[in-house]
Formats: sequence, structure tokens, C-alpha cells
Amino acid sequence: MSDVAATAEHTVAAGRAGRFAALGDAGIRSVGPIVLALVAGAAILLALGRNPIEFYGDIVEGGITRTTGLQDSVTRMAPLLLIAAALVVVFRANIWNLGIDGQFLLAAAMVAGVGRDLDRALPNGLALGLLWLLAAAVGAVWTIVPAFLKARYQVNEIITTLMMTFIGINVANLFIKGPFRDFESTNVPQTSVLPVEQRLPDIPGTSIHVGIVVALVACVLVHFVMTRTAFGLRLNVLGANPRAATHFGLSVPRLVMVSFAVSGAVIGLAGAAEILGVWGYVRADWNPAFGLIVVPLVFLARLNAIAVIPFVALLAVLSIGGDLAARRADLPNDFLLVLVGLILLFMAVTEYLGRRRALGASYLTEGLVAALRRRKRP
Amino acid sequence: MSKVLTETFLTALVAGGLLAGVPLLLAALGESISERAGVLNIGLEGMMLLGGYVGFSGALYSGFTWVGFAAGIGAGMFVAVFMAVLCVRLGLDQIVVGIALTLAAEGLTSLLHGAILTERPRLGAVELVTIPGLSGIPVLGRSVFSQHLVVYLTLGLVIFTWWLFRSTNAGLNLRAAGDKPSALDAAGVSVVATRTWAVLATGALGGLGGAYLAIVGAGTFEPFMTNGAGFIAIVIAMLARARPFWVVVGALLIGMSLQLQTALQVASIDVPIDVVNMLPFLAVIVVLLLFGRRAYLPAALGLPYVRGSR
Amino acid sequence: MTESDGSTQPMTTTRAPTREAGDAAVLLLGITKAFPGVVANDDITLALLRGEVHCLLGENGAGKSTLMNVLSGMLRPDAGRIVVDGREVEIDSPRRALELGIGMVYQHSTLIPTLTVLENLMLGAGGGLRLDVRGARARLAELAGTLGVEIDPDAVTGTLALGQQQQVEIVKALWRGSSVLILDEPTSMLTPQGVAELAKVLGGLKQHGLAVAFITHKLHEAAEMGDRVSILKQGRLVGELGPDDLRGRSHEQLQAEIVRLMFGEEAKEVADVAELEERVEGHEPRRGRGEAPLLELIHVSAAGDRGQVGIHDISLSLLPGEIMGIAGVDGNGQRELAEAIGGQRPLTAGEVRFEGRTISTLGVSRRERLGLRYVTDDRLGEGTVGSMSVALNLVLKRIGEPPFWRRGVTQRRSIEATARELVERFDVRTPGVDARVATLSGGNIQKVMLARELAFEPRAVIYSKPTYGLDVRTIKAVRARIREQAEQGVSAIVISTDLEELVDLCDRIAVLSRGRLAGVVESGPGVAQRVGELMVGQAA
Repeated sequence: MSDVAATAEHTVAAGRAGRFAALGDAGIRSVGPIVLALVAGAAILLALGRNPIEFYGDIVEGGITRTTGLQDSVTRMAPLLLIAAALVVVFRANIWNLGIDGQFLLAAAMVAGVGRDLDRALPNGLALGLLWLLAAAVGAVWTIVPAFLKARYQVNEIITTLMMTFIGINVANLFIKGPFRDFESTNVPQTSVLPVEQRLPDIPGTSIHVGIVVALVACVLVHFVMTRTAFGLRLNVLGANPRAATHFGLSVPRLVMVSFAVSGAVIGLAGAAEILGVWGYVRADWNPAFGLIVVPLVFLARLNAIAVIPFVALLAVLSIGGDLAARRADLPNDFLLVLVGLILLFMAVTEYLGRRRALGASYLTEGLVAALRRRKRP
Repeated sequence: MSKVLTETFLTALVAGGLLAGVPLLLAALGESISERAGVLNIGLEGMMLLGGYVGFSGALYSGFTWVGFAAGIGAGMFVAVFMAVLCVRLGLDQIVVGIALTLAAEGLTSLLHGAILTERPRLGAVELVTIPGLSGIPVLGRSVFSQHLVVYLTLGLVIFTWWLFRSTNAGLNLRAAGDKPSALDAAGVSVVATRTWAVLATGALGGLGGAYLAIVGAGTFEPFMTNGAGFIAIVIAMLARARPFWVVVGALLIGMSLQLQTALQVASIDVPIDVVNMLPFLAVIVVLLLFGRRAYLPAALGLPYVRGSR
Repeated sequence: MTESDGSTQPMTTTRAPTREAGDAAVLLLGITKAFPGVVANDDITLALLRGEVHCLLGENGAGKSTLMNVLSGMLRPDAGRIVVDGREVEIDSPRRALELGIGMVYQHSTLIPTLTVLENLMLGAGGGLRLDVRGARARLAELAGTLGVEIDPDAVTGTLALGQQQQVEIVKALWRGSSVLILDEPTSMLTPQGVAELAKVLGGLKQHGLAVAFITHKLHEAAEMGDRVSILKQGRLVGELGPDDLRGRSHEQLQAEIVRLMFGEEAKEVADVAELEERVEGHEPRRGRGEAPLLELIHVSAAGDRGQVGIHDISLSLLPGEIMGIAGVDGNGQRELAEAIGGQRPLTAGEVRFEGRTISTLGVSRRERLGLRYVTDDRLGEGTVGSMSVALNLVLKRIGEPPFWRRGVTQRRSIEATARELVERFDVRTPGVDARVATLSGGNIQKVMLARELAFEPRAVIYSKPTYGLDVRTIKAVRARIREQAEQGVSAIVISTDLEELVDLCDRIAVLSRGRLAGVVESGPGVAQRVGELMVGQAA
């Protein structure tokens, strides 16, 4: 019986509407949560006695219209896009790599730590290339433990990756205060500074470093791999149905390890982009905490590495503009966290309504949707 | 190493471990209840944080510690209501909602702290209850048997939870909700109601843990002050496999490792703070590597219950 | 029709006072229930009488389970009324149904394998905060006595034999004093002996004045067990045979009548399938004599999943073109055996040989390329990826291989061309090769899997429950496909819990019991009986 019902449900969904309506649905599902979160955020600002219109106005000013606003925002997009691309890879395989901050920070610390010495020893181009590789390797290595635990013992990777982030932050600090410390600089321990002219070049005519190009290429590449290659299909099968993956002869433990490593590597690149493009050094206790704020965008873009680009642009504006707005409103700059939390919540609610009304495709990986929908067959 | 094992060191370690372990214990006990019922409550960190903020404010403005604890419990349950409605009732993804609640609570408490508690107020020392005979025991007596009333209450809760799981109808319902919700439903007990109560209990315990952390542990509230304690509590609950006494062991061990810094300072041994900070997390990872295969999770953990599907 | 024995102590003391046999315990009036796109129950009116076993007979998807789920409170009807003990009631939850004295034994076990029997029985029994262990023990002893069975209250449920688990389920359904008992396909997991025991238990319950509803899709079962048979077809009640109809006719007449009611005008076309149970008595082994074996299992053991039996020391050999059946009650190691041969499950001991060469260490893909294929019974759970297209599903066992992939890049054209050809050849009814598999019917999903496994030169194919849950026409088509492949020299291992199917198809039938090989029976007269004996011999 349930067989028939489940099939009917899908048929209804498939025959429901034309392409246009589907696009409309997608718009509602993707933009709706953001709008709702902004409205709810405004209510919170009001409750705190701040003027939400001014606050949002300041965000726009700081993130777009101010002299360097737009350029700052585009610069900020580079690490965020790389993280988003990395998350598409794992989320498609239904693996929750939430250890982003640890992977990012360790890669950044390593790049900053060896950057100046390497740059002195080698030609600039070669040094930069090696630093990118180093960052990727560090990011990948930091996924090994959670990946192994999941592949071998099916230990929940959400928890282990979060643990590894806490460890990673401290290990990065140990390096910065220890072997990488530059004693010539300030009281706060920090690494040596890579001279500005040795960093990533800017795109001519702007102050935006070329990291954004690397990030965009990474997005396109990830999209191609996930949709047009055997490797991508394997990850998609794993994400949709791990038991089917075993049935089709895919090595699930190996796929888990590899997809984890790939995402860690790309997140490592994000760390490299931020250091080689923007900062040139890492100070102790520095943690931009980009990780979890990117997560909802990847879902809103339905795990599509191209579609995520506009969402990341919005996030970058919120992030850059939010600093100015928070400063003017005399608030900590954690309003973005509230917004992101709200977006996730409203996304979950729209997902529920969407399931109810067959509204467009789901944000969740197919495995999760199947878990919700599956009428198990005996 | 004999220098390490001095009386002052041990006292600092054990007393500190208890101080830091109690919030973990409360949160992990709560998580055990919801995990047993099949809800993976990733929002625990958020429940603790909001419980900490509201609890601290309650104690500060009312002048009564107990008001603070009650407020903390209420705040934890407030966050839990979202979890219950969205995940248990509507069947939304527990991971997404859990992360959302943690992020929102982190941001919100930080904003509130920045907007309202601008003076960085502190609470005075709390009143401790000393158990007459036992506190006279040499070396550890004073540090162990002179505690805030909440600590004794927590130990009572551990025993109560153990009894609840073992010999009550409610405990049996919780197990069924986690292992095979369809069986519970067929037996005429509402899965949604069972899981809702479990999640609310988690919220209450998590909120109380956060409030204890702020009111007794720190005497103040700082943004992000839980610093991953909620996630550690989740791991403790997983490894303890819903056995309350193992929850106690896990929480106290992690609590002690959190306090190692202070204890080592007392013993005038210098260890980088970063090493000490990551010890609990490192311990968790090592334990998982050693005992990973034994981490227990109920069969239906993380899955919403939809009647008619199995 | 059944005697109303006034002296018999009624099992229940809490129900309405009038409990004469022949009274309607439950009246279902005009029950209608629709799911998106399909009407599962269309205006069904039915009475369950005390002291009667009322069989609901129909094909899969006829709406039997839906109707009884409405009665047990699992589903709410869109229209219609329910009268229990003369009062119109609304049943909005399983709890309400239990309060009204309606207990149900579901097709899928509702016992929790990790709990003890007693804990399972106490679940939801209510009665204050503390568990009433002593009271529960007494109640179990009382009910076990009524049923005439023995049950260890402290056994962990998952360790009991399936027949015993079912007895626990029946006790559970009667726990709170039910006067109506619904059994959903209760024989599907039982050995022939278990079925006989169940019949005895039901006889006892009838005498105690219970109304029993018995859902089945097996015609002979309905005729044998039922005092009354209602026939459902595509959500409608198409016929009812009362006690007089059932007694007045010979077995053959009865079957013919039921077939006519079930299949109407199609009766002629499907009669041979429907009557298989009666007619088939095995056939002479016809293939593969005296040749070298194609596939050999030598002392093979493999571990089971958590809580499941593994397989132990199994030796079998399969000749070219031979069809070998694997019989046994579900959960006796069939899946583990299939997965061990298919390469999905590592062996803990022994060896698998293909054409004389060991393949024990080869993975699924390598075995696939050798021509060893596995058609799983879990069609959406592992056999296909529902959210992916028919075309992709057809090549999922060849990911990365040419011509469908070149240097790792997907060759869509090539995949779609092959898919179109296979869809045509295997008669898959789909809107197109880009349709998602989940939108197809169960029968067509099965055809997609058959197409994938039987394309690209198969040599030996493992079929796990190949016709389970399919409609009669597709069953016919699938069986024909298996035979046709065998004619072309492709060996087959058919795993099925449907003994008649095995007798019809197979040259030899091996019997699995608790993960061990209980014996192998050559096809021929009396094969069904001998297989049944083997199943019982080891299971007991």
C-alpha cells in the first residue's frame, strides 16, 4: 500500500508545475528564509533599543556603498566561496564536516608561519604555489581523525569535527606562540609578516586580491566534478543512500576518507587565500569563525557550487557591513551569528512547508530526505 | 612528580573538577535522556548558553541565586521548545535545527551581553552547604563535601534518572521511542509526547548546567563562555550509553582536565594554556579512537517519527 | 456457527456485557481512505463477528492493511463510520483502539528486539509511574495459558524464534483485554509447523468469543483458516463468502469462485499463477547435469549485522544453467548469503569459486564484470537510488567504466542510448529514461534492476525475493525472465520465502535455517513437503 502512496506522491510532485513555477518555488525557498531572518533580526534589534533601519542601512553602506566597501566584500568572498565549495563536496555525500574553523585556522597558521622564510628561499611565484599546497595538505590532514572514526566505527562526524576544531584552534595557538613566533613584533604573540609585495597580487585597478579568481575557479571545478564525473556520482550515491553505495560496489570507507580530505584541502585553500591575500600573518587567538556561517548558504543553494555564489556575496556584505553597523550601534559584531541561526531555522520551516506543498526541491541531501520520506520496504 | 601530588594540588584538582564537572554532568545527563528517546540534541550548547545568560541575569537582578537557577532552567526549556516543535512535532532535521539554535543562542547572548551587561557585573560568592561529618575527612573532605546545594541536587538527579530508566513506565517509553518508535506508537503511547518531554527535560538540565556555570562557576556571564561544553556533554552521553553513573564518571574526568591549569598553577608547574584548553577535547578524541566502536546510539536516533513509515 | 460456550471464562472482563458469538464486535461502514493519487479504501462496509475468523483476502495493494490500520487507529479514514459493540466511535490513535478492545498484530514486528518479553508487554500498559513487573508476570502466565503456549518472560525478544515472537505479539495485542484481534499477514514469517500452531491458537481464541480479522494474500490460507472471507480488489470490497458458502463447496469450487472474485475478467489469464499453489508439484531436474560447476561455495561463513544471524559453513555448487532455490523463513541468513556471494559482505571463513577460480577477495564490481549478478529484494533501500534517473540507475554498477565514463567524465549520450535500449528490451514502463526511479511503480523498479543485472552478459544471477510485492502480471513476467535466462545457460540462485515459487522455478532447493544449510532437495514429486520438513527440522 505504502508503495503506491509513495509513488503517487512523487508523481504528483513531478507533474506539478512547469519550469517557471519551479523557478518561483526555488526563489521562495531560497530567498524566503533570508528575508524572514532579516525581519526577525530587525525585531531583535528593536528589542535591544536599536533602530533596525539604521542598522541595515549601515550594513549596506559598510558592505557596498562606502569607498572600499564593495571591494572589501568581494575580497571577503574568496575564503567564504572556497569554504562553500568544500562543503558542497561533503554535504553531497551526506557527511557533516563542521570542523571548518579548525582546518581553516591551522592551514592559515602554517602558511603564515613558514611563509616569509619560504619566500626568502624561493622565487615568489614558486613559494606562493607551495604555500597553497601546504595549506591544502594541512586542511586535509586535519580531517583524518574524524574521517577515520566515521569510516571505521560510524562515529558521528558532527561531534568529532567540532572537537577537532577546538583542538585545532589551540594547536594553531601553540605554533604561533612557539616555533612561529616573531619576537620582533608586538606583545601579542604573532607570526612573522609576509611583506605586502610578496603576497597575492591584486586584480589590476582594484584592491581585490586574485584569491577571488581562485575561489571562483574552485566553485566551477567542484560543480563540474559533482555533476559530470564518476567521482561526483559516487559521492552523490553515497549521500543519497549509503546502503545502495555498498550494493553498487563502492567502498564507503574510502569515499568517506577521500571526500573529507578533499573538503579539508579546499578549506585549507581558504586559509591560504585569507593569509596570502589579506593579512600576511596570524596573531594568537585570531579566529574569524567563517565556518558555521557558510553552512546555511550551502543548503539554500541546494548543494550547488555555482548557485552558492550570490548567497556568499550576500554573506560577505553582511559580514563586512555588519562590522560597521555593529560599531555604530555599540553592539558586539555577533549579530551575524543570530542572523545565520535564524536563516537556518526559517530554512528548516520552509523545508517543512515545502515538503507539505511539494514546493520545489529539497535543501537537504537526498539521504536525509529519503530518511524522512522513505516508506521502508520489507 | 611527588611535588604534583601535594594536598593543595589534589584539593584544587578535585574541587575544581567538581566545579567544572557539574555543568557538564547536568548537560550530559539531559542529553542522555533525549538521546535515549531518539533525539540527537545538537542544540545543547545553545541551551546551556541561554541558560547561563538568563540565569546570571536572574540572579543578578533578583538578588537570589535560586531565582537565577529557576530562570536558567526556564531559558533552557525555552530553547528546547523550538527543538521539540520543529524536530519532534514537525519532523524537521535535528542537525540543522540544533546547529541553528546553538548559533542563534551564541549570537543572541553575545548581543544581549554587549547591549545590557555593559558594566560587566559580577555576583558575590555563593553559599555553600557543608556536610558536617564528611567534610572533616582529611585532604579531600573540605573540597568535596562543601558544595553548593545544586551539586547535591545534581547527584540526586543522577540517581533519579537511573531509577527512571530502570524501573518506570516512563523510562521504558523513552527506550522504545529511541529504539523503535513504531512499537511505542502501536502500544498506544504517543511518540511525539514522549520525545517532547525528553527534549524539554534536556533543556531544563542544560539550562541549569549553564546557569550553574555562570552563577557558581564563574560568578559572571561572558559571551561564548560554555566554549564547547555542550558538545563535550553530547559525547559523554554517547559514550556513557545512557547509563547515568558513567555520565558522572565522564563529566568529572573531563571537569578535572578543565581544571588542570588551575591545579598545576597551584603546584607551580607551568603548562601552556593552549595545551590545557584542548585537553578535554583531546581526551574525548582519544577515548573515541579507543572505544569508538562501543559508542552507543539508539537505532532511531536522529530520525523523526512519521507514522506509517518505519 | 461457533458454539457460544457460556461456561468458558471470557478472556476479558472489561468489555461490553453482551458477548454472544455471532454478534458484530465491529462494524465498518462506508470506510473510504485515499492517499495522494490512489484510493486505498473505497466505501468498504464490513462486519467482524464474535467467534469468527474473518479473512481479508486480496493482492498486495488491494487495501487490506489500510482498512485494518483504520480500525487500529494507525490511519484515519476520509469518510465512513466505525461501530464497536453497538456504539459509534471515533478511533484517532492506536491507544483509542486498544481502549475499545481492538488489538492488532502488525505485519512487521512491533516488538523491540533489545527489550525482554516482559518489558515489551509492559510497554504502554500504563498503571502509574513504576513498572508493575509482578502483575505483568501474572498476566503473561494467564494469557499464555489461554493461548496454550509457553513463553519465557525474561528472554530478550530478539533472540526468540519468529514463531515465538509472534506469540508474544498476540499476547501483547490481547494484553489489555481486547475482544477483537487483527492479524496482518501473520503467516509470512512462519514455518509450516508455525502456521499449524497459529491455527490452533486462533481456534482457541474463537472459542473465547473473540472476533479475529486475518489479512492474507494467500488464497488457500483464506479458504482453510477463515469462517468468512471478504475479498478486496483495488480498494473495493468485491465479494464476501459466509460460513455457509465456505462449507457448502469443494475446495476446487471455492478456489475457482475466489479467483473469479479476485481477478474478474482477467481470471483466465492469471488463473495459472493464482493456482500454482495447488497444481505445482515440482518437475524433473532438467539442466546442467554432469558439467563442471559454475559457482561453488566451500565452507563459507560470514558474520551477520548487529542482532542478525550470519551464515555458517555453507557449501553449495551451482551448475551452468541451473536454477537453485534457497528456502527458509525470513531472517535465517538469506540476505547474508546473497551478499557474501555478491561480494558485499566479507567472508569470515571458506571460499567462493567462480569457474574454478577463487573470487573470495574480489569486490562487487570485479564480480559484476565476471558476470556474477545480484538482484536485491530491497529495491529502494539499496537496489536503486530513487532520486536519480532511470538511465543512471541502469549503470550504477559500472560507475567509471567505459563507454559510460571516459577519463572519469560522464558520457551522457552513451548512458542514455544504452538506457533506452534496455528500457525497451526489459519492457520498463517509464515516462522516459530521465525519469526519477522513485516515481516508478514497484514492478517497474524491479524491471530496472533486472535490466541492470541481466544486461552485459550475465553468467550467474542471485535473485532475492524477485516477485515480492509485485502484481500478478509482473510476477509472471519476472518468472518467465528467470526461466528464459536459464534456457540460455545463465545459472540462477532464487531466494524466496514463497515455497510455491521455488517449487515452480527451481531444479534444486536448498534450505537455510539459522544461517546453516539444513539440506538440499532435488526437484520432483513431493518436493514441497520435503523442504517443509527440513525447515521445521532445524528450526525446532
